[in-house]
Amino acid sequence: MSTAVLEVSELTVRFPVGAARLPVVDGVALRLERGKTLALVGESGCGKSMTALALMRLVPKPGRIEAGSIQLEGEEIRELPVAAMRKIRGGRIAMIFQEPMTSLNPVRRVGVQVVEAIRLHEKISRPDARRRAIELFERVGIADAPTRFETYPHQLSGGLRQRVMIAMAIATHPAVLLADEPTTALDVTIQAQILELLRELQRSEGTAILLITHDLGVVAESADRVAVMYAGRVVEEASCRELLRAPRHPYSRALLAAMPAAARPGARLAEIPGTVPPPAQWEQGCRFAPRCEFAVENCRQTVPPLLAFGAGRGVACPIVAAGPCP
Amino acid sequence: MIAFILRRLAFGAATVGGVLTFLFMLFFLYATPEDMARRALGDKAPPQAISTWIANHGYDRPLAWNPDAPADTLLVEHFRRSLSFDFGRSDADGMPIYQRIREGVGPSLALTLPLFVLGLLFSVALGLVVATFRDSYIDRAGLVLCVLTMSLSILLYIIGGQWLLGTVLRWFPVSGFDTDPAMLLRFVALPVLVGVFVSFGEQTRFYRTLFVEETSRDYVRTARAKGCGDGRVMWRHVLPNALIPIVTHVVVAIPLLFTGSILLESFFGIPGLGSMTVEAIHGNDFATLRAMVFLGSLLFIAAQIATDVLYTLLDPRIRLG
Repeated sequence: MSTAVLEVSELTVRFPVGAARLPVVDGVALRLERGKTLALVGESGCGKSMTALALMRLVPKPGRIEAGSIQLEGEEIRELPVAAMRKIRGGRIAMIFQEPMTSLNPVRRVGVQVVEAIRLHEKISRPDARRRAIELFERVGIADAPTRFETYPHQLSGGLRQRVMIAMAIATHPAVLLADEPTTALDVTIQAQILELLRELQRSEGTAILLITHDLGVVAESADRVAVMYAGRVVEEASCRELLRAPRHPYSRALLAAMPAAARPGARLAEIPGTVPPPAQWEQGCRFAPRCEFAVENCRQTVPPLLAFGAGRGVACPIVAAGPCP
Repeated sequence: MIAFILRRLAFGAATVGGVLTFLFMLFFLYATPEDMARRALGDKAPPQAISTWIANHGYDRPLAWNPDAPADTLLVEHFRRSLSFDFGRSDADGMPIYQRIREGVGPSLALTLPLFVLGLLFSVALGLVVATFRDSYIDRAGLVLCVLTMSLSILLYIIGGQWLLGTVLRWFPVSGFDTDPAMLLRFVALPVLVGVFVSFGEQTRFYRTLFVEETSRDYVRTARAKGCGDGRVMWRHVLPNALIPIVTHVVVAIPLLFTGSILLESFFGIPGLGSMTVEAIHGNDFATLRAMVFLGSLLFIAAQIATDVLYTLLDPRIRLG
């Protein structure tokens, strides 16, 4: 097994709601390897974006990381002082976001924003940083880079804006790239181009990518491993191929069954009964239990841990892990 | 851009026309020349005195309709003289109004300009600080301070300031004015201090709201993810974006600088346009009041146009056409 660039365990983020402190990310464990992509999959509100923000220590107030460990290249960064954390953000861990439209500062030229990313982490003169930024623009496939360098975000298309975001993120050769729904806001053709660009950058730089998405098509195309999240917890972790071929956790199965590609033409799409419960209504046991067809009484009482299921695979469901699939 | 400015100017001109029409209705139709004369001379004035007063002040023309000489009416005269800034003489003491305005602008600006600049810098800076440390004890302390200063009457600050800093501590003169620069500074310091103190609470809360709202935007998250610290996020990312609402808020206040501060000028004995306006009201000086209202509106309209043009300079997304 190759070395982990980023190893996360027992990560818990809580938000105060009234008197309670709700764990929107609850005991999450993740492992990112050099040059590999881990996809974090789940429905909206399952805590996948919050997990990524927690890795950057950017959980918005009043939320807080309350437990867990985040090890970046062997160094624990959860308790690191703010100043040291600033060097890591955008330096060793970079992030790109879903909305390239609003994620760039609207009143500053895009080039300047990339230059800022470089100069925050390297002692380099403005003209040199500018040259570097233009090279980065070319690197991420922005045609006519020197001209585009001087434009404002609103003058660029969604795809170009996301390329600018990527240029900004890879400016400092980060070890880890957190990509939070990087293609969700883009057209399908642009989506494929951006994913291809990320793959290409990963091949040449050896970057570990955490790809957050709810699109299993994107997962199939780009991920090496997949972690499925439901209501703040990782319920299944497996290699991409295995997960897509034979999902084990009842939620993963339901999710895959709901994919249009999985359905017979003309047949009604499978759906998961019920809805994702809001954090305030989470069960004390398995949070999927109320919607699960295999749930037994014990499921509602105790939190199922991530159980080993074959080599390099974990499923948080004792029923599935125990025996042959029901 | 040029087309936009021209169109804006045309609208501005129409608004000026509206203001003049309204002033005419207020000062000549609602309060007729005879009313003005009676107010100036008293109710018991003989009819002879009244008609003399009207003739002396040039109010003895037909109102708006004169078949013999269509241009020789109060309406035409009102428009012609206002638009050429020929405000005539004061109804009270016969002084040329233009000269009095010129004399009053200096003292008014000596008070309002530092008040405006210091107040703006102070409240924007404080707004940035409390927004940076929002939901902390610094923010709460700022809130208490702001609400406290907002809750007390300006009269308390004026009288309290004059008593404490003027009479007891003798740091500043209680009131008065002098054109000598060193003395001017001493006379203006106290009213400026009071003015800043009165306005900064409300202003700081306003700027804090702007900054906090701006801080929740996606690009701020991006800036933090790049490794920007709190200060850099606020200064380089939030402030430039917040400048758009700040400028709108601020530019509208600029014309009021020229017309002075009525309350502060009267209390601190500063012979500016504010005191002049108060005197005009007390002395039934209709001509001076008309001139001040007209000038105030003109400056306000100019400020509105300037705001729209400034938008384009601050926000690259806005292209006016």
